[in-house]
Amino acid sequence: MSKEDLEKRTVYSPEGEPIEIDPLNDYFLDLRPESYAPRNGVIEQFANWARAESLWVLGFGTGCGAIEMRPLMTPRFDAYRFGIQWRPTPRQSSVFVISGYLSVKTLKRVIRSYEQMQNPKFVVALGSCTINGGMYWDSYNTINRLDHYLPVDVYITGCMPRPEALLAGFEELKKRIKAGKGDGANKYADNFDWYKANQKKIIKDWDMPDYNW
Amino acid sequence: MEFQIDQVIGNLNELFGGKDHHRQRKGLDFITIPKEQAVAAITYLSNPEGFKHLVLLTAVDWLEQGQFQLTYLLNNPDNKQDLGIRVLIPRDQAVMDSIHDLWGQAATYQRELREMFGIHFPGSPRVDQPFILEGWDGPPPYRRDFDTKKYAEETYFPRPGRSSNDPTEYMKHQLYPDE
Ligand code: SF4
Repeated sequence: MSKEDLEKRTVYSPEGEPIEIDPLNDYFLDLRPESYAPRNGVIEQFANWARAESLWVLGFGTGCGAIEMRPLMTPRFDAYRFGIQWRPTPRQSSVFVISGYLSVKTLKRVIRSYEQMQNPKFVVALGSCTINGGMYWDSYNTINRLDHYLPVDVYITGCMPRPEALLAGFEELKKRIKAGKGDGANKYADNFDWYKANQKKIIKDWDMPDYNW
Repeated sequence: MEFQIDQVIGNLNELFGGKDHHRQRKGLDFITIPKEQAVAAITYLSNPEGFKHLVLLTAVDWLEQGQFQLTYLLNNPDNKQDLGIRVLIPRDQAVMDSIHDLWGQAATYQRELREMFGIHFPGSPRVDQPFILEGWDGPPPYRRDFDTKKYAEETYFPRPGRSSNDPTEYMKHQLYPDE
């Protein structure tokens, strides 16, 4: 959608009746996200086991680290044997790997994609750029700390981390999910206003709905 | 008539007030042209002198001298000759004539220079639209008096406790702790 498509305007029905539309409010759901309560004991444990063993990663590369995903998904390191696979759309994925530095422009797309993913969803932050800005820490256009904009489950350090490190990171993520600690989406819902305020502080031309799932 | 770069340089000096000719190596020359003559000189070079190709257009911020230096790098493919045209424009009145009618792609360079250095090119297509920054409201970020570190610290929630090591010293210490 281009910027003009989001502006308020009048359209005409086939009968010639004018209709006022405000795309940001009319086309998108404006409900806030809600946190979900875990189910009873063993059922939640089973669900967590299933979630952990089938991690679907959104194919979205942000920084240099995206390069490391190719060897990871191809036969040399073959992450598929651990139940990790890559998916083309946010609706189909449960893990968002932020693979490196994020410019403000990319962050905007990342937020939109993250919010379109279905619960429960997990964020793996790859490389020093996501932790403290890495070597772009003093850049005018890249963020320093990812955890101010999205809830991060696992950090993988390195610049850039090798595929082995990524595999270790995924193992760590699995442990967390199985232990019931993979509740990033809940954290996001509970601190929604704080996250939104941070996001809006740096994304100056905010031209998308506040929550666009 | 055979192509002679010295002949071209001579013409530029004579007709367009060129100065400070500098030969970096065979096939790569630079010359400075006054702002008023620059577009005329570039037009002359593109035709009849055969500099058909605009390689790049970029800028340097000479903060201390209060000037921007634009560099138009032109290429003559038939004679394997590159020629850089340097144009100095005052920093406080950063306006330059557009060359988009000679090369369409120049409009993209000019749009970038407008956004990153705040150099205006009146009449260039889409020059006022954002190029790669979205919703930028600070000063043009490539100007040298723009403090990126300060801006980043104020804007992007720096993580406290960040420190850096000198790699040589650090590795020496790691590998030979006793020395
Ligand atoms: S951590 Fe290093 S490899 Fe990763 S995005 Fe940053 S600079 Fe690139």
